[in-house]
Amino acid sequence: VISHFAYLALFALLVSIVFAVLMRDDPRQQLRTAGVLFAGFLATAFVLSWLMYPLPL
Amino acid sequence: MATKSTTAEATRASAEPGTLTLVCVLAWALPGAAHIWLGRRQKGIVFLVVLSLMFGIGLVLEGRIFPFELSEPLVALAAIADMGMGIPWLLTRMMGAGAGLVTAATFEYGNTFLIVAGLLNFLVMLDAFDIAMGRK
Repeated sequence: VISHFAYLALFALLVSIVFAVLMRDDPRQQLRTAGVLFAGFLATAFVLSWLMYPLPL
Repeated sequence: MATKSTTAEATRASAEPGTLTLVCVLAWALPGAAHIWLGRRQKGIVFLVVLSLMFGIGLVLEGRIFPFELSEPLVALAAIADMGMGIPWLLTRMMGAGAGLVTAATFEYGNTFLIVAGLLNFLVMLDAFDIAMGRK
């Protein structure tokens, strides 16, 4: 069993790859776009996590 | 510029309804297959590997292949999304797998992987259609 964050990161990575390959034709650009999307996914997850931190469960 | 538009026109002219239908069916049936058939081998292989991996991970995480229940709209929508994976979805249903384990901690993660894999394959289908039409 791996952590929730690892599942999130794995999901973000796979979705980023598909979107990058759909959007770009050049492999180098695909890699760059996938990296940017992946970083965006993770950054958004961190920001949302901290915003939800004060909320009671 | 003139060369590009001429190529697009030539592709569009060759995109007959039968060919387009075949492209869409192929793209639905096996993720990436239409791209490979249309000569976009690198893209096709990436779609095949990544989307199959997502679908497989969804099943391993105890996700559920949702049934078509029109009485429950959200379940029906999830079923349509799952269906986007084509043959892998069909095989999973035929083998009786993908029942899902609602008590598993990873149940919702599994559902997310399965649903998003299907939805992404719908996007891949549209991309293959655009390529066949000469728009890309």
